[in-house]
Amino acid sequence: MSDDFRAAVAAGVLGSEDQFRALLQSIVDVARAIFKAKASSILLLDEEADELVFEAAADEASESLIGKRFPSSTGIAGFVLVSRQPLVIEDVLKDPRFSRETAESTGFVPKGLMAVPLLHDERALGVLEVLDRPQDTRFTLAEMDLLGLFANQAAIALDLLQRARRAQAALAGEGDLAVVARVAEALEHQRDDEDGSRAAALRLLAELEKLL
Amino acid sequence: MSEEELPAWSLPAASVESIKLPEEWPGEITREWAWGEATGAGARVCVLDSGIEGGHPMVGEVQQSVAISIEGNEVIIDDEDTEGDLCGHGTACAGVIRSLAPECELVSVRVLGAGYTGSGAVLLEGLKWAIEQGYDVINMSLSTTKQKFASLLHELADTAYFRRTMLVASAHNMPVESYPWRFSSVISVGSHEGSDPLEYYYNPAPPVEFFARGLDVEVAWNGGGRLVCTGNSFATPHIAGIAALVLSKHPELTPFQLKSVLYLAATNVGSGK
Repeated sequence: MSDDFRAAVAAGVLGSEDQFRALLQSIVDVARAIFKAKASSILLLDEEADELVFEAAADEASESLIGKRFPSSTGIAGFVLVSRQPLVIEDVLKDPRFSRETAESTGFVPKGLMAVPLLHDERALGVLEVLDRPQDTRFTLAEMDLLGLFANQAAIALDLLQRARRAQAALAGEGDLAVVARVAEALEHQRDDEDGSRAAALRLLAELEKLL
Repeated sequence: MSEEELPAWSLPAASVESIKLPEEWPGEITREWAWGEATGAGARVCVLDSGIEGGHPMVGEVQQSVAISIEGNEVIIDDEDTEGDLCGHGTACAGVIRSLAPECELVSVRVLGAGYTGSGAVLLEGLKWAIEQGYDVINMSLSTTKQKFASLLHELADTAYFRRTMLVASAHNMPVESYPWRFSSVISVGSHEGSDPLEYYYNPAPPVEFFARGLDVEVAWNGGGRLVCTGNSFATPHIAGIAALVLSKHPELTPFQLKSVLYLAATNVGSGK
């Protein structure tokens, strides 16, 4: 089965991207709590536009951050994405990579940050950032490893979000497979099958399968 | 590379003399033997990164700055790169190397800074160019996850190894496949939590071969600045710097011999203890 076909079927039966967004939100909430940080965020790489986009954020200004974008080579997040190396910096205000303008536009200017690339298979999907962990405790390599584990989880969630988006695009589109997606969706929504139409449709599909 | 062709596939009895090593191997490798009194003078070190800010107090003079980019299908090599360091990372690595080997020759090959797209291909071309120049040590505090570059990078890493260029590459602390640090022809470096720049450990459970200082390292940054940073990116130039010291004192060492010396002088092995 082609990826497009899988996506079309998945589009019919998967929930909306809201569920995957909730998963991302949960990851930044937990990351923020575990590191006792002031904020945490996940940025997705939009490969076509070569831009990073805020997909989830845990802090006071989180709502306004979602959807904000900036060039993929900007700031520490951009560097981490390109070099694929996690970095921890204690005072970002001395760091020219840290784009103050970008930070101020997000309404939050951190002092220290940890940034880790979100790698899934061979792709770099985005960056997880944890801002302003407590300055009075020394950073440890165990925390670095923990950050890597979170990044792994976030990368899987981001991958799911992107798949859901592609699937939704297949569902909404006028392509050849859109009808498959709509049939799968209709079957998913008629699980109780009060009038027997679902059973009839399934029989029809079984006959169609024999024909193909 | 040696001027005279050595027997490549076999060693006839009459030719044994032809592979005589230029120096007697000492009975015991000590740090004193390995790099005592060495300054890095004569060793050529390349930093494959985001550029280097020349004249930074922690870096000093940069002997050459080159920028690699790709436009369409064409690889563009600007051998008089005047951009300096586009983010600070390369300057940080250069500062660590110079702190250990103050008199080494430093060359910047800039492969970062042009955005995310195409960064893997530029990295590959930069490494290829650097190997052709025959540097003694190439510091690579970066990697690529693109599978399609893996076999080419592997070939390049082996070419470097046989041409007496030691690639020193940052390991990942995440469970992902990335290159070139996983190849056995390079030295891969992770971090330990100590604060002594000469403290480094051999890891008997590779692929990470050595652990060097990588936590809370004060590094050089753009604009003559300094920052406290953590990451394998900063452990790697510690090993590159020590390698430059060893090669400045023993320029005849092959990468295999250099690795052996680094092993024998490690903090958890022989004389490093």
